[in-house]
Amino acid sequence: MSAIYANNYVIVAIFLLLGILLPVATVHFVGPLLRPKRPNEEKLKTYESGNDPIGNSWVRFNVKYYIFALMFVIFDVETLFLYPWAVAYNQLGLFALVEMVIFITLLVIGLIYAWRKKVLEWS
Amino acid sequence: MTSLLEQTPSLLNVVLLALAAVALLAVVLGFVTYAIYFERKIIGWMQLRPGPNRVGPLGLLQTVADVAKLLLKEDTRPKSADKALFALAPVLAYGPAFAVLAVMPFSENIGFADLGIGVLYYIALSSITILGVITAGWASNNKWSLIGGLRSAAQMISYEVPLVMSVVGIILMTGSLNLRDIVEAQRDVWNIIPQFFAFCVFLIAAQAELNRSPFDLPEAESELVAGYHVEYSGFRFAMFMLAEYVYMFGMGSLITILFLGGWLPPIEALGFIPGIVWFILKFSLYVFLQFWLRATMPRIRADQLMSFAWKGLLPVALINILLTAFFVSYSNGSF
Repeated sequence: MSAIYANNYVIVAIFLLLGILLPVATVHFVGPLLRPKRPNEEKLKTYESGNDPIGNSWVRFNVKYYIFALMFVIFDVETLFLYPWAVAYNQLGLFALVEMVIFITLLVIGLIYAWRKKVLEWS
Repeated sequence: MTSLLEQTPSLLNVVLLALAAVALLAVVLGFVTYAIYFERKIIGWMQLRPGPNRVGPLGLLQTVADVAKLLLKEDTRPKSADKALFALAPVLAYGPAFAVLAVMPFSENIGFADLGIGVLYYIALSSITILGVITAGWASNNKWSLIGGLRSAAQMISYEVPLVMSVVGIILMTGSLNLRDIVEAQRDVWNIIPQFFAFCVFLIAAQAELNRSPFDLPEAESELVAGYHVEYSGFRFAMFMLAEYVYMFGMGSLITILFLGGWLPPIEALGFIPGIVWFILKFSLYVFLQFWLRATMPRIRADQLMSFAWKGLLPVALINILLTAFFVSYSNGSF
């Protein structure tokens, strides 16, 4: 059993390594041998529809993105609780169901609140 | 594969497993090459034009030529870009796309890691790609990239919630996160029937996660020029494209395993056909659906996009979880 366990994570490590190796090898090792490199002032300029870029591009952006990120964190954490609950559900019985109904209801109230406050609208 | 797994890990085994992984990489790259070819060909036929037909017989070498061209292109990086993050972003986008394939069982005996937490592994790793997208958008120091990257990230995190939640129903019915157990539990009836709502939610959310039509806003050429990868050229750009198609491979495999019974035949009498054939058939059906949708659907509006995830898909996914939980309790005789 423990051999299988170790082997499984050896495979995961191999896959992760291959996933990193392919872009690194092609872009940084194989690529430079094949492609030209003739940079000039114009090429290295930031693209802005053909005009000279105005100001810095790291500008302020819509606060809505933060609100969606916040919503995502809340509901992603909810799923984090739902997964182990779902796996062990058959052993837990009715008590677990009632508890999870309460938990989901609490979050749904949050969702309804966000809905009513027009947070989910993109305007 | 399975016999290798049971031996104690040794250097030879690691080398053999690495070779098998490289073989899968070759299969995936072959899939990507011809998925792009067939995508262009099928969309061409649906629009009554021949599609690529110049490079090689029937245009079969078109994608090969495109990749070669990308590899020979100059790699430009704007002077004002954040150098380290600019280089890191394609790796962040592509690495997890390939790593998720480690847990996919393609048939009874073709498969790699047999993790007890298969589903969780896929979902956790695939989220990292969002970081790659937002890093690319930020590091380019370009207004288009920044807006495109933020839009993509907002879309992907919004649709990730219903995607992840729709799987909970299946886990409730199976009682396991292991992908092999999930397939074996579908011997009697495929999950697409008892979990039909979850399937619909998953399918739609998967489209958005893959940034594919009708949710291809991140690449909206007409409004964002190309989104987060405007400043990328040559092979760095190819890595983003590659990640997208490798994800299509991963998502197709995942849908086949979760909802379509993996390698199981539709009726027991057809069991003499090897499992991998069934897997490839179901998988191809999903990939064809992708191309079909792209030829059919117009792009969704940005304001409809976000509210659809939170107001449409999320409630359906939550109701599905509760209904499944009640049903599982009921069939267990809990009440």
